[in-house]
Amino acid sequence: MKQKRSFSPLKTMLAAVALVFMVVTSARAELLIRITEGADSAIPVAVVPFAENGNMPAGDKLSSIVQSDLTMSGEFRPLPPEKMLSLPSQRSDVHFRDWKMLGQRYVLVGQLTRKGDRVQARYELFDVNREQRILGQTATAPASNLRSLAHHVSDKVYEAITGVQGVFSTKLAYVTLDRVNGKARYRLQVSDIDGKRAGIRLESQEPIMSPAWSPDGKKLAYVSFETGKPIIYVHELRTGERTEVADFPGLNSAPSWSADGQSLLMTLSKDRNAEVYQMDLGSRKTTRLTNHWAIDTEATWDSSGDGVFFTSDRSGGPQVYYMNRPGAEPRRVTFGSRYNARPRPDNQGKYVYYVHQRDRAFHIARTNLETEEETVLTRTESDESPSVSPNGRMLIYATKRDGDSVLTVVAADGGAAYSLPAAEGDVRDPAWGPVAR
Amino acid sequence: MKLSTQTKVIALLFSAGLFAGCSSTGEQPEEGGYGSDVAPIDQEGGSTVYGADDDGGISSSSMTEDERMEAQQQAEQDALREVTTFYFDFDTSEIKAEARDVLVAHARYLSDNPRQNVRLEGHGDERGSKEYNLALGERRAKAIERFLVVNGASRGQMETISYGEEKPAVMGSSESAWAQNRRVELVFE
Repeated sequence: MKQKRSFSPLKTMLAAVALVFMVVTSARAELLIRITEGADSAIPVAVVPFAENGNMPAGDKLSSIVQSDLTMSGEFRPLPPEKMLSLPSQRSDVHFRDWKMLGQRYVLVGQLTRKGDRVQARYELFDVNREQRILGQTATAPASNLRSLAHHVSDKVYEAITGVQGVFSTKLAYVTLDRVNGKARYRLQVSDIDGKRAGIRLESQEPIMSPAWSPDGKKLAYVSFETGKPIIYVHELRTGERTEVADFPGLNSAPSWSADGQSLLMTLSKDRNAEVYQMDLGSRKTTRLTNHWAIDTEATWDSSGDGVFFTSDRSGGPQVYYMNRPGAEPRRVTFGSRYNARPRPDNQGKYVYYVHQRDRAFHIARTNLETEEETVLTRTESDESPSVSPNGRMLIYATKRDGDSVLTVVAADGGAAYSLPAAEGDVRDPAWGPVAR
Repeated sequence: MKLSTQTKVIALLFSAGLFAGCSSTGEQPEEGGYGSDVAPIDQEGGSTVYGADDDGGISSSSMTEDERMEAQQQAEQDALREVTTFYFDFDTSEIKAEARDVLVAHARYLSDNPRQNVRLEGHGDERGSKEYNLALGERRAKAIERFLVVNGASRGQMETISYGEEKPAVMGSSESAWAQNRRVELVFE
């Protein structure tokens, strides 16, 4: 039953080769997107369909992808193209009076030009009230990659208007679960943040849990039960090469990367009960960071990379704690109810998000680390696994709808939301990837 | 009917003087009155035969009495051991009072059968946080393990694993489903 494995490079290679159930892509695996509500404060913006020069790839138009990106953020309310009075594609054709009449704050226009196997986008963004151009850019991408080009345009538009980096080009990792001939099928997948272009990275009949992105976005750490017990793996996304990094007796769970990508925080129970450890990925040496008879788990670095948030039930129920450096005396952060767990900080060091029980329901809440004020962000009631977008403006989490587990995205201050159900079965354990470098 | 056929045979043996001091009570269901070794063993055939009127009969009878008690205890223990799933309240790993007799029976069995191994699989309900539930499932499994060790099982016979909320016994999001999912299962291998 118990398999002892070494960490030799040969074993790693064998593991990578032997895993016949690793697949690369499947369109059928895509999540559906359902925008469930928009915020009242959303900014009206007109994304005019781009003029096209030359053959364009089949599929969604660039402008419609940009529209849905901006809608998903919850911060924008794009004007439906059929309500537009004209379809300008350059500055000289933009009549500000028309867009003012339509109540628009910003207008995006542009052109796509086919250049061999690439497509170039030239685009301009205008502030309608000030009648000024606030952005003018060109970008190119392979014609097969129009979606990436569209997400890039969305990022630029978002940043020009809000002053905050866009995250439409980032990725999600998550786990789907369905049943085939009565057998469970867990699949670790990576997709765009709208659920499109999903690719299966690992498939197993045993649970896969807790995917965590490396800071460079090139690797995932996760827990897989494929050998019959929980083991932490690091998975190189480009090559599919996998390495077992933690296979100690008992729990090997809740991996979380350091900012330099050189070490993982993880929960191990090799020394009798669940404690937080830091593992150096080069030497595989583990250092114990907590020492208590209670459960200590779900550790993550704070935004500065100095301190560690984690969950502990040392007070009797799970609560969020913080150590200002590894191994320091923990300080309790949450007091609002008897169950607060799985902390995830934003990138600014301003908030920490977590699973919060209120009455009989489980929501996602956040605490302002300066004022210690707690806000419940979600109205759904079986919420778990919060993950904050790298710009701190959106939050994804898993919840239940009609008996199935779905992913839901909300603006980090509550408000607008969209959900990402699987075509069939459950989808859970979302992890929002970093901005690609 | 099988019983009366058998007692007829025994009665026949008695009457032939070949056999003495045995009763068929080992076969009888535990009704009242089996403390008596002079109970009528055949009332069907017109003659009433009383057995066990000498010392040998008495000692033989009292042995079957011990055996019967033992068998009965064994049956009770076996029946107890048919329960292999133990339930927990939300966010606790406290063993419930009603689980104790059953766990003692399992511990005795493991102690009597040192080559028998068992896997203790800990689970939680779907509520709350996944990784915390994984640790909670382990704590539940370890609570059961400790109880079994205290009552005679050896730690080497046991292996604990937690699945957290990943493998619910019952689908659904009701109180009843949650209660059935917060559990430790003993899997004998």
